[in-house]
Amino acid sequence: MRRILVLLPLLIFVGLAIFLWRGIGQDTTTIPSPLLGKPVPEFSLTSLYDENQMMSSADFTGPALINVWATWCPTCKQEHSQLNRIARDEGVTIYGINYKDDRIKAQEWLDKYLDPYAKNVFDPNGRLGLDLGVYGAPETYLIDAQGIIRYKHIGEVNERVWQTLKAKMQALEGGA
Amino acid sequence: MTLRACFIGLLVLLSQTGYAAIDTYEFRDELTRERFQALSAELRCPKCQNQNIADSNSPIAKDLRDELFRMLDSGASDTAIVDFMVTRYGEFVLYRPRVSSQTYVLWYAPVGLLIIGVAVVIALTRRKKTTGKSAEKEGLSAQEQQRLDALLKQDQDKDA
Repeated sequence: MRRILVLLPLLIFVGLAIFLWRGIGQDTTTIPSPLLGKPVPEFSLTSLYDENQMMSSADFTGPALINVWATWCPTCKQEHSQLNRIARDEGVTIYGINYKDDRIKAQEWLDKYLDPYAKNVFDPNGRLGLDLGVYGAPETYLIDAQGIIRYKHIGEVNERVWQTLKAKMQALEGGA
Repeated sequence: MTLRACFIGLLVLLSQTGYAAIDTYEFRDELTRERFQALSAELRCPKCQNQNIADSNSPIAKDLRDELFRMLDSGASDTAIVDFMVTRYGEFVLYRPRVSSQTYVLWYAPVGLLIIGVAVVIALTRRKKTTGKSAEKEGLSAQEQQRLDALLKQDQDKDA
């Protein structure tokens, strides 16, 4: 009994050391979204292509990806060709949320770099972005056939991330 | 004199804890301004995680400050505002986490450790006291005392 008591500080130290050591190098910039498992928030905004056309969350029919993007966001440009490829070659529906951007600039960008989006919502004040918990464009959400958010990725969608998204989408289809 | 000047300089430097971001909000009253300052100091910026939204200049922090102001202005309660932020950005935005099954360790571990520490200190002092007492009780037997006196005397004799 006494021996255990003498060893106790050492055991506590080792336990704490292991706990803290595991935290080193962990990604702390990605915060888990509380919206997972919840439907896309209600909104009423115009389409990026036509300011007279109103859009709502009913426009997002899954399974699909929702990509939050803007012309002022350098990483959005980086991932754009990958999004084009996914939409064209893999037949994935991608909806866009043009986040805190300029309508003309956004339209010009899509003319110039091609348009992977099936539909595009224009969110100039970031209201929808706020409801979605967006804090750093680009962000990409995966919604299922019921319009429920199943996964969120913050940052560029590169080939590795796309493989993850693809696996998740296939799992959804298999499950449904 | 120069030392005093240095101290005063240091104090002046250290007292500069003002908010980095400056917005021009027109508050309804002083209470609303205080609530705004308290809430914006307690809400964490999701993008720049070691700053609260009052301190941060990032666009998202500005958006959250605007939203905070808008909600305060429309008469929302503090809990409603905190709930609003948490449903969008998660528990993460709270610098002062709420008490839940996930944060019991966070909230109660320090108290628990303090209790354990106090218990250990009490146990140790008690043990010391009892061992001290028993030593007193035991003391030296008459025979031992005699021997000690003899040895001391022997020493004195040698010195002399």
